[in-house]
Amino acid sequence: MTSDVADAVDAATISPAADPGFLQRHGGSIEYILIPGAALIAALGVFGIFVALFGKSPLDLYFYMYQGAFGTWFSWQNTLTRAAPLILTALCTALPAQLGMVIIGGEGALLIGALTATGTALVMQSAPPLAVQFAMVCAGMVGGGLWIMLAGGLRQYRGVNETISSLLLVYIALAILNHLVEGLMRDPASLNKPSTREIGAANMIGSIPGTDVHWGLVFGVVAAIASYILIYHTVFGFAARVAGGNVRAAKIVGLSVGKLILTICFLAGASAGLAGMVEVAAVQGRTNANLAAGYGFTGILVAFLARQNPLAIIPVAILLGGISASGGLLQRRLGLPDASVQVLQGIIFVAVLASDALYGRIGFLKGKY
Amino acid sequence: MADGTIGLWTVPLAVFGGAIRVSTPFLFVSLGECITERSGRINLGLEGTLVMGAMSAYGISYLSGSPWLGVLAAGVTGALLGALHAGICSLPRVNDIAVGIALMLFGTGLAFYLGKPLIEPTAPRLPAIDFGWWSDVAQVRAALRINVLFLIGVVLAPILYWAFRTTRWGLLIRTAGESSDAARAMGYSVLAIRLRATMVGGFLAGIGGSFLSLFYPGSWNEGLSSGQGITAVALVIFARWDPMLCLWASLAFGGAAALGPALQSVGVTSGYHLFNAAPYILTMAIMIITCSPKRTLTGAPAELSITR
Repeated sequence: MTSDVADAVDAATISPAADPGFLQRHGGSIEYILIPGAALIAALGVFGIFVALFGKSPLDLYFYMYQGAFGTWFSWQNTLTRAAPLILTALCTALPAQLGMVIIGGEGALLIGALTATGTALVMQSAPPLAVQFAMVCAGMVGGGLWIMLAGGLRQYRGVNETISSLLLVYIALAILNHLVEGLMRDPASLNKPSTREIGAANMIGSIPGTDVHWGLVFGVVAAIASYILIYHTVFGFAARVAGGNVRAAKIVGLSVGKLILTICFLAGASAGLAGMVEVAAVQGRTNANLAAGYGFTGILVAFLARQNPLAIIPVAILLGGISASGGLLQRRLGLPDASVQVLQGIIFVAVLASDALYGRIGFLKGKY
Repeated sequence: MADGTIGLWTVPLAVFGGAIRVSTPFLFVSLGECITERSGRINLGLEGTLVMGAMSAYGISYLSGSPWLGVLAAGVTGALLGALHAGICSLPRVNDIAVGIALMLFGTGLAFYLGKPLIEPTAPRLPAIDFGWWSDVAQVRAALRINVLFLIGVVLAPILYWAFRTTRWGLLIRTAGESSDAARAMGYSVLAIRLRATMVGGFLAGIGGSFLSLFYPGSWNEGLSSGQGITAVALVIFARWDPMLCLWASLAFGGAAALGPALQSVGVTSGYHLFNAAPYILTMAIMIITCSPKRTLTGAPAELSITR
């Protein structure tokens, strides 16, 4: 996955006289699977101990987590449905990471994307469904894209830290959503839970044939593959990685760093905005505060666990989607609070970051370069 | 709600009272973060620390009957989370911003998990001092009911300002933040200094959280903090790492945050959510005005990753 980067490093360091064994050649790439995997298992262990402190059996915990995430076809579908927005919000962190930026405002772009997509659908009520859906995709992507581009632009032209500004934009997006949903865009019929009007059953994007998994999963996988190609196999992506490695060098070779930042941030936000559109057009059918379900924040974890690699995001999002899908079963069977999924995610995140210290230090993978 | 005798003065008065009430968590978190950042490390996890502090303060206050024990527990919880942050950051090649994000998610998750049984019961709250005894107007009295924690925070700011300038500890923290090589050359362990600075920062942020659950709003629920912690971290940046400026900035923020409820109390309800977002919009606006792409911020610790 990141093997081409790792191989390039290996190729530069292996002396021609040596006879590189498998481990020596692929030690670098194996690390990228082995170390996060070990961190994940360690985190599950810590969570098991944590749960045991509250008198629950860790073995039951692991069993129900597996059952709820991947045990049956039903839970697989639940997992994949949750993975779809996670892939898209993770790209919102992973794409700017290529430029060395830490964007954590995917949740905000998701909410704005949901709002613009819903607004578009409500305006276009009489148009044919396919046109409405296409317009919703565009509106969601543009809305979310501009939202994160704002954070990128502020970083480039005003030196405002993008991590903090993108997070503040989440709270501002939530306020805008609540304001519109309770005011201008409110469906008068929604009494207890202020919502917009429904976009209409005909305009929903529906499920992949033979499953209950909506088309959003395909959107996510396509977006992840497209991002991978963009970053690793185009001149633009190469320029972005150069700028991410060394801004000075990028400027010296004549790259327009500002344009790179704005474009990448737009694409990142567009991806999270698409997640918002998908949640509206495939799950909720309307916009209300339910959309702030934390997909944007879990997406950050997915991106870091995937080491910001767009292709690795797909399996990691499925894994994290599985963890959140198992939350319901843990609540019913073990009586764990719904926040237990969040605790586990936090432990995984901490473990994965701490494991960064291990790269290049595992004896049997190191070999003699 | 509007009292005939003071009429329109209700709004500025409520904003003033609100500024004092709402600013306290901002003040404690920003002072704590100020110490941490001066030592050359940024802790974005204080949002999680704030929520954990609020939860543990409420829990201990409920179990022990003493709100002050709750405040202490919140501080200790915060210090432990700070130690966790510092511990992970002292491993090689670990990014402090990413660890902060992780602890933000971990802290809030853990607080919601452990705090589930605390949503129902009522815990004893912190007492307030009545500075408005001389007035007959209810709104004035309400605005001047000031919590002791706020006063402690107000005293703490100049003490920190003085300590950074004149004490040995202040100098050590600044040395670690400006040049870790210099601190090392003097024979001090930079990691140990940062560990302590992060723990003290977490301690103060935890106390800020206890104010949320034990005084204002004064109950424990999962919507208690919505970004106050991260706003306070941003606040430190445009307060130029100066504890006194942190105090004034916190008061301005408290006032901005009190605007929505104050307007609602006189019947202005449209735009309620937008007014509630005022502190975030204000933070963005001030960051846009005060930051510049051409120079590093004056007063920024040279070792701080966020300003590089």
